[in-house]
Amino acid sequence: MLLPSSHPWAVGETLGEHLEERGVSRRDFLAYCAELGAVLGLSSMMTPKIAKALQSQQRPSVVWIQLQECTGCVESVIRTNHPTVGDLVLDVISLDYNHTLMAAAGDAAEGALHQAMEDNRGGYVLLVTGSVPTKEDGIYTTIAGRTAKEILEEAAEGAAAVLAVGACAHWGNIQAARPNPTGAVGVSAIVKDKPVVNIAGCPPIADIVTATVAHFLTFGSLPALDFDGRPMFAYGKRIHDQCPRRAHFDAGQFVEKFDDEAARKGWCLYRVGCKGPATFSPCPIIQWNNTTSWPIGAGHPCIGCTERNFWDTMTPFYNRLPDIAGFGVERRVDTIGAALAVGVTAGVAAHAVATGIHRARQRKDLPVVEKEVNRG
Amino acid sequence: MARQRVVVDPITRIEGHLRIEVQAENGRIADAWASSTQFRGIETIMEGRDPRDAWAFTQRICGVCTVVHAVASLRAVEDALDIVIPPNANIIRNLVHGMQFVQDHTIHFYHLHALDWVDVVSALSADPNQTARIARQVSPWPNNSASYFRAVQDRVRTFVQSGQLGIFTNGYWGHPAYKLPPEVNLLAVAHYLEALDWQRDVIRLHAIFGGKNPHPNFVVGGMASAINLDSTATINAERLTDIKDMIVRARQFVEQVYFPDLVAIAGFYKDWASIGGGTGNYLTPGEFPEADVRDLDSLYFPRGVILDKNLEEVLPYDHMKVKEYVTHSWYEYSGGNDVGLHPYEGETTPKYTGPPTPWQYLQDHDQYTWMKAPRYDDRPMEVGPLARMLVAYASGHDGAQELVGEVLGRLRVGPAALFSTLGRTAARCIETVLIARRMEKWFDDLIVRIKSGDTATFSQQNWDPSTWPAEAQGYGYLDAPRGSLGHWVQISNGKISRYQCVVPSTWNCSPRDVHGEIGPYEAALTDNHPLAIPDQPIEILRTIHSFDPCMACGVHVIDAQGNPVTEVKVQ
Repeated sequence: MLLPSSHPWAVGETLGEHLEERGVSRRDFLAYCAELGAVLGLSSMMTPKIAKALQSQQRPSVVWIQLQECTGCVESVIRTNHPTVGDLVLDVISLDYNHTLMAAAGDAAEGALHQAMEDNRGGYVLLVTGSVPTKEDGIYTTIAGRTAKEILEEAAEGAAAVLAVGACAHWGNIQAARPNPTGAVGVSAIVKDKPVVNIAGCPPIADIVTATVAHFLTFGSLPALDFDGRPMFAYGKRIHDQCPRRAHFDAGQFVEKFDDEAARKGWCLYRVGCKGPATFSPCPIIQWNNTTSWPIGAGHPCIGCTERNFWDTMTPFYNRLPDIAGFGVERRVDTIGAALAVGVTAGVAAHAVATGIHRARQRKDLPVVEKEVNRG
Repeated sequence: MARQRVVVDPITRIEGHLRIEVQAENGRIADAWASSTQFRGIETIMEGRDPRDAWAFTQRICGVCTVVHAVASLRAVEDALDIVIPPNANIIRNLVHGMQFVQDHTIHFYHLHALDWVDVVSALSADPNQTARIARQVSPWPNNSASYFRAVQDRVRTFVQSGQLGIFTNGYWGHPAYKLPPEVNLLAVAHYLEALDWQRDVIRLHAIFGGKNPHPNFVVGGMASAINLDSTATINAERLTDIKDMIVRARQFVEQVYFPDLVAIAGFYKDWASIGGGTGNYLTPGEFPEADVRDLDSLYFPRGVILDKNLEEVLPYDHMKVKEYVTHSWYEYSGGNDVGLHPYEGETTPKYTGPPTPWQYLQDHDQYTWMKAPRYDDRPMEVGPLARMLVAYASGHDGAQELVGEVLGRLRVGPAALFSTLGRTAARCIETVLIARRMEKWFDDLIVRIKSGDTATFSQQNWDPSTWPAEAQGYGYLDAPRGSLGHWVQISNGKISRYQCVVPSTWNCSPRDVHGEIGPYEAALTDNHPLAIPDQPIEILRTIHSFDPCMACGVHVIDAQGNPVTEVKVQ
């Protein structure tokens, strides 16, 4: 249950003072900073730095524009736990524009947007959900009679940081799936003059969004990004390499059909189509909805929703990876996969690991050990 | 006095992008236009796809209604491929859909709708002792203490005094249409915050059965989450206990917070029981099959149609009477724009004919929206909680009769009050209570089945495409939180050849049809409807929000325009 603070945020108060007023001890605060650091993948040596940064902040302005989308990303973010959305909106940030939650409508809403952009020019964090339709001069999404493209360009211009939240803002998502009739593109196709952080996923896990915002507010810089603009602290590893069912893959223990004996034992979902070997996401670690579960944990194969073009490259969802266009042509596996998997499951495992390597090789920061395997 | 044109764009606190234009005269709304301003246009995307993938594609129509398109799609494909899912899977889908209703309706009331009725700034002048007294009179909720409400008030006060109003910036605070005393405003603000935490907890049920929310996973033929009481990786006693507790907490919140708040707030807005009625026609396909989905007698909420506010007669629903018009929409039909098409013949070819951006007014143009105009037997129909509760009430549904009767009695109004903005908002709360209670029964049914040794959650029947006929088609009905939803699928040689959806907000946000007849939003806004201060259009928000618009759903986003062999020559 949310316990409202008897000491809300006062004018000019820093976070440190504010927490002290709320009865949060220095010790508790440092523990919180350490947890936050862990989510961000930082060494405990960084804890004092996080604490110092958070303590000196006042509520920063956040402007959230929603373009061609389904609102699933907003729904995801309001499930956030660290902090909760109530604390986030009242205590941590100043959410100055967000269609789903804001009281004002029409001209009053647009007035709030322009006021926030003017008052905080160069200093506000811009969150974007939804893609930008580019065909027919962008007529497929308008707000207040203006096109999504125009709105994005205006909002990005004065932003300190731009976060593209969710697969639509990342690369266009389902709108951009074959044949992409509205010409939908992601934020980074429009905003070229500053870095765009892509919080991948359909939708992304809420805590990744809030942790990315916290990273920026703490360090004054964006987190390290992978080749596709995704934060490394969240998207740095394959699901397959973090999966609690990995041992069953290595042992050749596979679910063949849903609800078979293997499914009831929690074995590997690779043969019913799991895209974990080709997907970079922290789902197995952070999990969903306050670490309640995650797709593979609930018995369904990963559909690869943090990867660009997954509606076309990962489908049919229930076919195993080698059957998918664009994959499975390689015959390379890493030493671990080769030593364990090939002996047991032959070509099936080899193909699966190969797809991971296929992706990993595009990531120059990931060391990859490759080895030829003479079987298919 | 000349009519004044008023534009409200964006309508906020909804899903998606909606523009309302009205003409106001002497403080009343004389005419209205509802425009959906987003089109995602994935007409051909479903074509050629594996029908077992369809649920995941259609689910992305909407992240608010994150269950409903998935389940409607499963039902359509399972109908086409003649797949009967195991009883456990049906119960689990009901639990998942039930929690979607309970969570979504509660969020709607507190976070999307409440600020139309609740003045946050006024809550600052409340006496927390009085708020606690009022709250304790109507509910045993444990947080009904003066110290609790004082803490909320202090928090909001300092927030307001900080000058950084965030999501409350430019709200219509102090508008004369706000009628609640400060103490009731404080009560509602406190529950606004509590509901944010509550929803995050109870929706975890979706993560247990579907791996995540939003967009939990499903599978054609049942559910992917296996049941095994002796495994750490499946639905086991620990998971079932967690689910049971969530269902209990869902019911407690709905019965002890949402329902008492609805009644308390409605008591100050009884004038809204004669405002915003609209079409007077109501449609529901029925929902929550407690046996196989094809067994319509097993529906917890009955199916039916009510015309002209006549509660004496509930007519049968026949989906073959559904047609869609595009006369006033930005589409064109190959056979001309004055005909209506059934979904089996549906077409979605966008053709924008509006003015260049930036727009000033759309009302001067014949076509003014991306929404089509569905009609049932050539009539506009309202769908959603009010339609469902009216059909249930008129059909003699015990739960609906009891709770509708209780609300009407406590407000001292007759059944005619239901045909209104307030009736719509009350009906949503009433059905939330009914579903929260019913979920306990579904959960108990599941336990009984597991106890008897039945743990099946998936039917392997016809999973393999080699067992499918060369041609198949199916219809999936579903009554979603926002109303009647239909998915129609046609499968040819193992691939989807045509896919059609007719969606709740398409019904409600419909534009004018070929006969010039207005849609439900437009009809409600012109039914005895005030607009006191045109640049503070709070009354428009009240009525539009009472429908709980979901615009991404409403626009025909995922219609495969297949070219089945038999139709190629027609083109």
